[in-house]
Amino acid sequence: MHYIFEPGFFGSGPVHVALAVGAVIAITSAVVGVFTVIRGQSFAGHSLADIATTGGSGAFLVGVNQFWGFLAFGAGAAAFMEMIGVQRRRSRDVATGVVLGAALGLAALFLYLATQSTSTTGASFTILFGSIFVITTSTIPALIASAVLALATVLVLARVLLLSSLSSDIAAARGVPVRAVGAAFLMALAVSVALSAVIIGAVLSTALLIGPAATALRLARSPVKAVITAAGVGVLAIWLGVVLAYDSYYWPPAGRGWPVSFFVVTLIVVGYLLTFLRRRDRQPAPADTLDREHACSPA
Amino acid sequence: MLNTWIAGTVVAVIAGVTGFFAVLRGSTFAAHAIPNGAFAGAAGATLLGFNPLAGLAVFSVAGALGIAGLSRRARNDVATALTLVMMLGVGALFVSWSTEYAQEAYSLLFGEVFGVSTDEVLPIVILGAVSIAAIIVMFRPLLLSSALPEVAEARGVSARRMELGFLLVMALATSMTVPVVGALLMFSLMIGPSAAARSLTARPVLAMTLAVVIALVTVWAGIVVSYESNWPLGFLVGVLGAAFFLAGRAYRAAAIRFRPRVA
Repeated sequence: MHYIFEPGFFGSGPVHVALAVGAVIAITSAVVGVFTVIRGQSFAGHSLADIATTGGSGAFLVGVNQFWGFLAFGAGAAAFMEMIGVQRRRSRDVATGVVLGAALGLAALFLYLATQSTSTTGASFTILFGSIFVITTSTIPALIASAVLALATVLVLARVLLLSSLSSDIAAARGVPVRAVGAAFLMALAVSVALSAVIIGAVLSTALLIGPAATALRLARSPVKAVITAAGVGVLAIWLGVVLAYDSYYWPPAGRGWPVSFFVVTLIVVGYLLTFLRRRDRQPAPADTLDREHACSPA
Repeated sequence: MLNTWIAGTVVAVIAGVTGFFAVLRGSTFAAHAIPNGAFAGAAGATLLGFNPLAGLAVFSVAGALGIAGLSRRARNDVATALTLVMMLGVGALFVSWSTEYAQEAYSLLFGEVFGVSTDEVLPIVILGAVSIAAIIVMFRPLLLSSALPEVAEARGVSARRMELGFLLVMALATSMTVPVVGALLMFSLMIGPSAAARSLTARPVLAMTLAVVIALVTVWAGIVVSYESNWPLGFLVGVLGAAFFLAGRAYRAAAIRFRPRVA
């Protein structure tokens, strides 16, 4: 047993927090991720994560907890992207890109000012790559509450979201306010990305968002099963990642532990690649057909 | 300072030319992913004591191949996202292994344009010339394949091969530009000016020229202001790029509204 769980693993406070909060966040990300992948908004998801970096560095500069910075900038950017037209398929990648570029510029400025005033450069590393073992206890209620809020939004909207993702025309004809639904989803996306930015870092939160969802959509045969599978894959990746990171304190070369984010990302990508090994001689799954339908439409 | 101007100018030209196609093809995400992921290569090369340029080249080419390879079996945006996070994950590992890396990681992500040495200028100019030459050779089929993929296929231009070719050129361009403007901001320079140019004109060669001009203005203005104020170049490039884009959009909106009616 000791080869898998190093002594002290179950007695360590930060580990408990990491496992519990990590699971909640992994579930939120995975569920939101399923809709993100179906809607073809991976780039928006990733951009919101990167933009959260700006918020994180801004928060560091003024001295509040990073999470609030992640959240404020994520939500702001989501609103702005919606405004300049992320809904139209043709132009939304460019609109997303321009917002992202400007936000990254701002991040550079914030980090520069922060390093000028405090002479710590470690901050940029924590913001970019996160650290699950240093979650501040006081932010945990806020983390959980935001996760529940994002999850609830997506689950309540699930049916209309699916419909408007597959055919916005039919949805509009049925009286669904397509644009409002899209905006609400983008907000939920921003919140969930801000959450995972806290644990595996802003630039890697895309992994938690897209990886489990893409894996699940290759395996599951219905949206409901896809959501459940994605949540399972996400939680598994986080937990295994935490265990491995804890073990790695005794690994070469440095004796300082490998970053959790590295393990989580590797596990997620390997899991996704493993789905390619599955023989695909059975009839294509509904979730997958839905996936293909989107592949044909201009992104 | 001369090195800074030369490097900045070459970077702007490359960014304008490749960015035009990135915007036209809608491969904005790949334009973001390749430079960003390549940063991990530089981190790894520094750790092992190689030239960062070699690490950047290896990782950006690996990224291009990864995106193109995975896209054959999965949705393009998912393939790009997963390739990107894998490279970044490895980057996080490399950064955590090395001891005094934080400052260097910062400069790779956000650029160090005033630190360009004479030894670095030559490879930048050579790689820049090679990527421009590659774009010129591919120009017509790439343009056709980007604008009308089906027609291009019918004429015997393989969309898949064009995608791979374009991604490889982007990888080449990336490996030389990242040390100058940084991984995160190479992207702003590719997208902002090109998107602005696209909203000003629909003619391809003119749009490409405009993209290069706007990118040059952005970089030169950025260098001057950055030198005076000591603020990071990345910030100025990102903000100027977005400003040009918004100005282009406003111009187009005005042009549509006040277009003379055809009698």
